[in-house]
Amino acid sequence: MTITSREAPTGAGAPEDITAVPVRHPGRWIGVAVLVVLVAMLVNGVVNNDAYHWDTVGKYVFDRRLTAAALVTLELTVLSMFFGVVLGVILAVMRLSPNPILSSAAWVYLWVFRGTPVYTQLVFWGLISVLYPSLGIGIPFGPEFVSFETVNVITFFVAAVIGLSLNEAAYMAEIVRAGITSVDPGQTEAASALGMQRTHIMRRIVLPQAMRVIIPPTGNELISMLKTTSLVVAVPLTSELYSKSREIALSLFQPVPLLICAAIWYLAVTSILMVGQYYLERYYARGSQRSLPPTPLEKLRRRLTGLRPGPRRQPAPLPGGGSRGDTGGTGGIGDGR
Amino acid sequence: MTATGAPPMVLAEGVHKRYGRLEVLRGIDLRVERGAVMCVIGPSGSGKSTFLRCINHLEQINAGRLSVDGELVGYRQRGDKLYELREAEIARQRVGVGMVFQHFNLFPHMTVLGNLVEAPLKVKGEPKREVHERARDLLERVGLGGKADAYPRQLSGGQQQRVAIARALAMRPKLMLFDEPTSALDPELVGEVLDVMRGLADTGMTMVVVTHEMGFAREVGDELVFMDEGVVVEAGPPRDVLSAPRHERTRSFLSKVL
Repeated sequence: MTITSREAPTGAGAPEDITAVPVRHPGRWIGVAVLVVLVAMLVNGVVNNDAYHWDTVGKYVFDRRLTAAALVTLELTVLSMFFGVVLGVILAVMRLSPNPILSSAAWVYLWVFRGTPVYTQLVFWGLISVLYPSLGIGIPFGPEFVSFETVNVITFFVAAVIGLSLNEAAYMAEIVRAGITSVDPGQTEAASALGMQRTHIMRRIVLPQAMRVIIPPTGNELISMLKTTSLVVAVPLTSELYSKSREIALSLFQPVPLLICAAIWYLAVTSILMVGQYYLERYYARGSQRSLPPTPLEKLRRRLTGLRPGPRRQPAPLPGGGSRGDTGGTGGIGDGR
Repeated sequence: MTATGAPPMVLAEGVHKRYGRLEVLRGIDLRVERGAVMCVIGPSGSGKSTFLRCINHLEQINAGRLSVDGELVGYRQRGDKLYELREAEIARQRVGVGMVFQHFNLFPHMTVLGNLVEAPLKVKGEPKREVHERARDLLERVGLGGKADAYPRQLSGGQQQRVAIARALAMRPKLMLFDEPTSALDPELVGEVLDVMRGLADTGMTMVVVTHEMGFAREVGDELVFMDEGVVVEAGPPRDVLSAPRHERTRSFLSKVL
């Protein structure tokens, strides 16, 4: 008799569980050993190399100027991403609109803003006050009621946010559009059959379901935005993290340690954003799976209290039946395992 | 049930529907009286689902006249000119017509109760207390009183379809449309959905049911319509149509499905 299933057969007599010797994986252990040696060599080469000036890193990583610059970077990221997402949703809805004028307007926008480098766009927004020295509100081609000096309204920070948001909106529009089209058209039909109108359907029925598709690439965009802020020197805005660390580095004649300081801050902010993304994904996964995947804390607790699962073994069934078959399609972080 | 002088619930006169050059409906004349249950059968591609969707303006008709409760679907007539209705007006027409789909189309991100109360609250603007009370009553009626806080995906197909029926009823429609409501269900779950529909018919609800369930059509239906290739081939009392079909096409269809 051959054993074809690892699961205990159910039914008459319920024979005792199989206790077989698991397959050994010597190759994995060799791989681990090689990796450990390589990592040790790398760490040694980094730590014991004076050119890295680790003392300078330690001295400057919490330097007031750098922390302030990290804050500016975070502000730029959050503001630009916020406006980028809002405008992106509008553009996506426009592109999917039955009105040909709206959809082609959105298409042209995407064509221009995705088709030119963000650096170029940032330079342009920096020069906006040269192109339009004053801005006003009034009747088109008619009299103006109020007017401003452009330089006073569009500071370099504002120009940077405008430049980054408008560029981001073009990318977000495609992400949102992909999300919207991923929702079963039957949802829109059922909602219209209940007498709901287009905006209501979009806001309450389609977008919440599209979020599952929208969030992972948006997390990507957010992290990418964090690093793109280093380009705002093109505006020129120099108070953000990268420019500031370069500035300090130049005054010390030590480029490497300050680069590491900046990298540490970028990494720290990215890590925080990733945690946020994880929980946001979990929130929008409700209803899409029979039970939500455990959070890392829950996983840790379960691992410490329960039996340590061996390799390739099915995890102990969750209370409430977390079914493996149902987790397909969530993709990326939080894929229940 | 029929009040003299009141228009029929659904009146179709020479309804045509084309997709490009493909004619799906080629002149449908039908009449559904108030409180009647009309079952529509026919081979796939015969246009029966399309006709049902036209009643709710999910599809726009190309020719003929189609009215629900004396009101043209999707148009307003002034003199002999037709004016298309605005989105809000079409939505208002749909409020009076409940629809149940083959694949349930419940909103997966909302709880069962959320599915039921969304439209009455947000579309009709009814008070929350009243809507929630009615929704719980309806769930009780379809035998799902304990499932208010479950998500659709945690339910079986039969339970989901019963929720879908309750969701449509929560809007208090005057007409209910069923588009093959049991075709996506496992055989042992069909009965529970048909039971709910039978109970609904007993309350005097006007229903148009596209179905393959001949037993249901025979027992519950007041009229049975056989459609093929975009036309009504035969219509009449279910017993007559099922036991003594007059047309060859009806006969050959029934011999395949019975």
